Amino acid sequence: MAEVSLRKVVKRYDDVEAVRGIDLDIADHEFVVLVGPSGCGKSTTLRMIAGLEDISDGDIMIGGDVVNDVPPKDRDIAMVFQNYALYPHMTVAENMSFGLRLKRYPKAEIKSRITEAARMLDITDLIDRKPKQLSGGQRQRVAMGRAIVRNPKVFLFDEPLSNLDAKLRVQMRIEIKKVHQKVRTTTVYVTHDQVEAMTLADRVVVMNKGRIEQIGTPNELYHNPATRFVAGFIGSPAMNFVPCRLEDANERLHIRLTDRLAFPLPGPRAARYQSVSRNEPLLLGIRPEHITEARPHPEPGVEPFQAMLDVTEPMGMETLVYFTLEATQICGRVSPNAGARDAAPLRMAIDLNNMHLLNETTGLVI
Amino acid sequence: MVDAAFEQPRIAQPARRPRRASLHYALKRKSTAAFLMTLPLILLIAALVLYPALYSIHLATLNKSMQKFVGFGNFTFLFKRETFWMVVKQSCIFAITAVIFKALIGFIVAHFVHNIPAKGQRKWRGMLLVPWVIPPAMSTLAWLWLFDPSYSAFNYTLSFFGIGPIPWLGDTFWARFSVILVNVWYGAPFFMIMYLASLKSVPDQLYEAAAIDGANWWQRIWYVTLPMMRNIIAITTLFSLIVTFANFDIVRILTSGGPLDTTHLFATWAFQVGIQSSDIPLGASVSLFMVPILAVAAIFILRDVSKRGNES
Amino acid sequence: MSTLAIDKAGPTRKIKYGSISRDRAWALRWSYFFLVLFAIFSLVPPFYMLITSLKSSAEISAATNPWWVFHPTLSNYVELLTSNQFLRFFWNSTIVSVVVVIVTMLISIPAAFALARMKFWGSATLATGVFLTYLIPDSLLFIPLFKMLAVVQDLTGITLLNRWYVLLFVYPTLTVPFCTWIMIGYFASIPKELDEAAIIDGASWLQTLTRIFIPVALPGLIAATIFAFTVSWAQFLYPLVFTTSIDQLVLPVGITTTLIKGDVFNWGQIMTGALLGAAPPLIIYAFLMDYYIAGLTAGATKG
Repeated sequence: MAEVSLRKVVKRYDDVEAVRGIDLDIADHEFVVLVGPSGCGKSTTLRMIAGLEDISDGDIMIGGDVVNDVPPKDRDIAMVFQNYALYPHMTVAENMSFGLRLKRYPKAEIKSRITEAARMLDITDLIDRKPKQLSGGQRQRVAMGRAIVRNPKVFLFDEPLSNLDAKLRVQMRIEIKKVHQKVRTTTVYVTHDQVEAMTLADRVVVMNKGRIEQIGTPNELYHNPATRFVAGFIGSPAMNFVPCRLEDANERLHIRLTDRLAFPLPGPRAARYQSVSRNEPLLLGIRPEHITEARPHPEPGVEPFQAMLDVTEPMGMETLVYFTLEATQICGRVSPNAGARDAAPLRMAIDLNNMHLLNETTGLVI
Repeated sequence: MVDAAFEQPRIAQPARRPRRASLHYALKRKSTAAFLMTLPLILLIAALVLYPALYSIHLATLNKSMQKFVGFGNFTFLFKRETFWMVVKQSCIFAITAVIFKALIGFIVAHFVHNIPAKGQRKWRGMLLVPWVIPPAMSTLAWLWLFDPSYSAFNYTLSFFGIGPIPWLGDTFWARFSVILVNVWYGAPFFMIMYLASLKSVPDQLYEAAAIDGANWWQRIWYVTLPMMRNIIAITTLFSLIVTFANFDIVRILTSGGPLDTTHLFATWAFQVGIQSSDIPLGASVSLFMVPILAVAAIFILRDVSKRGNES
Repeated sequence: MSTLAIDKAGPTRKIKYGSISRDRAWALRWSYFFLVLFAIFSLVPPFYMLITSLKSSAEISAATNPWWVFHPTLSNYVELLTSNQFLRFFWNSTIVSVVVVIVTMLISIPAAFALARMKFWGSATLATGVFLTYLIPDSLLFIPLFKMLAVVQDLTGITLLNRWYVLLFVYPTLTVPFCTWIMIGYFASIPKELDEAAIIDGASWLQTLTRIFIPVALPGLIAATIFAFTVSWAQFLYPLVFTTSIDQLVLPVGITTTLIKGDVFNWGQIMTGALLGAAPPLIIYAFLMDYYIAGLTAGATKG
């Protein structure tokens, strides 16, 4: 068991910088998820921790030791790959024991570890099969079993669920979480799926263009995103961004979205944004669940307005509605009983207590 | 944890220099290992392919006893000999005719095999590939016996139709026909197999789409099959051109170049001149004439093969 | 094209209805008809070998129907298989082919692994070079090789020419390039994650090769082995040039030079010898046809 630290880690390919100075501390037993769009450097970072890529600059430490130049086999890590990378000519048991056999563990020890891991992953019956005879989910379990039997300092997962269908993905997600609760090994997990990141992680690291955008618990990232990228990346459907300005009217601070649409800001928000320049081009960030149908007795800060719906998407427990403000498409979530219909007007309400205000040029949340 | 993290780099700093060097060393070791693993291959190619190839250029500039440098003497000598021009002509006739027929027959047979139900294909493919599997020296002996002037099984059969007897190997035209026939018999299965593999890789939807667009059988071949197979046809044809052009076994066993040197190819004539008549420089000069054609074909093959590689 | 299309839209269309399955049936019949013709064409020489090998000299010279054997006898087989000379040819061919296969694999597999996975300076050029080498025919090299071996023999005093073992040096030039080329292809098709998983499991490069790559690429290995064996077994030009003494000959040369004595063709024995010489590749082919064909078609793809 060990903590993992990255210090100003850089990866350069010829003249392209794939990873541009990452600082990250992962505590012992922690489950950290690196998430971001493809090409953001998350996989490269993971592979540098594994030792599959050498680092161009900076330091990587596992359990307090700098491992920059330590080959993968001496880093005491185990990795689960996207396409499982099971050895096709070996049985499940042989696949799981390969690393131990190379290190010349005693036979009895190998056997007991395999039995235990197989029981934990519920693959005891499959132990003598070849990978070809297994389903995707079963292969995934074997790949995890191969990591578990090694009892390493760190587990590394490289998009392990992206080859599975949606239903199986949810199931395996829970499986991974259960395994982590049992073995408590420090885990670094890479995915492009923000739902996976939110559900699995103790802490999520959002990466973009080779840099870390924000590190935080799933709830912190969701409720207090630091940048426009994080705000837009976390949450589904994504946060709405509407160009806006602040203005003073009737001795209250207002947020103006269009010529005809402006809302007074609730007290705490007004206080927070008082110092923002009134001419600055800004963005209002508001999640779809905070744009709902208007209700009879609104809380303070929930402002009603009239919207002309373009399209509605009934989801069962809620209905997603889409309308446009100037040129911006906005998504809201209304109750299925709100009477939302395609191309029909609807009385909506926006909950400004949960708004975010972003600087349009810097992309930072104010 | 945080403290430790801030402490670590400073402690690690001094130790870092030598470690960087060791990584560098490890990388160097990896490429050294890779080099060592390819070394036997490199040595083999250098010593037994590249060196002899260059050596043969050197040999071609010597006189028969290999003591005097004669420059292009061997070549000018060859240009003046009628037999040489006959060999050039026959090599081209042989290679081009044989390759065309191999390609045509291979294409047609591949189509027929592809046409029949899938479960029978293996059996037919297995039978049709037999000529390619038998060592050509062995099968050519069977042909030699089939062509035998006194007991020819062919002439025996043809006599029932009132044809013949045909001097299969005794007459220039028929001897040329015979060596080409045997080469086509031996080489067509290779084309068939290559085309069949390529036919199988054409997605069925393309044919279905073409059929819906109203293409008939011939149009489907012309507009779907051929363009999809163009690359493999080119590779196979060029490859076969090289092998056919450099053929030795068939002509050597069937006619030994006769009658009157009219069926000699570069390889068989070089053998006769260089080994049997012990004029090594002249033999080397003769075989060097294969190089330009081989080189052109090789360049085109390489281009097509890498194109194929990029596609997949 | 356009005229055809117009034609089709016109009167020809009425024939089409209900005739698709009949068209298919006819196409199938024609396919079988031509396949039978081609199969006959393909199998006539081996069939004729077999028929002749079962005939006595008397029956051959009696000029009866050549396509049939009236008094089958195994005397040709008995004679050849008890002849020390023929067994010597067979033995020479076997030892040469087996050793060449082993040498080829020992050279090709590590080289293909290095070229497919361990990128180093010049590795791409070398891979292309390997392919080009494969395109250089034996008939271009036999004269300089002959002279070269004579020179080496003079310099070192080691007898090379007219010894069967000289073939162990020259045959690999025919087998190694192609085997390396197709092994590069097979190795390159193994997903990169597989060797990364092996590295993380603690395998060295050598262990990755022997315990992961070779077992996973076994079909390719079998195809390459078959290729190396059949090429060595069938090679005719090099042994014809480099060996002359009867006890040093391999089968193809032995049969063509010793069984044809001057003008006397003992066709029964020649055909028997040829059939026995063709037997090992044919038997391998019969049992491992799919590997054989895989190896044949693999050469046309970039590794």
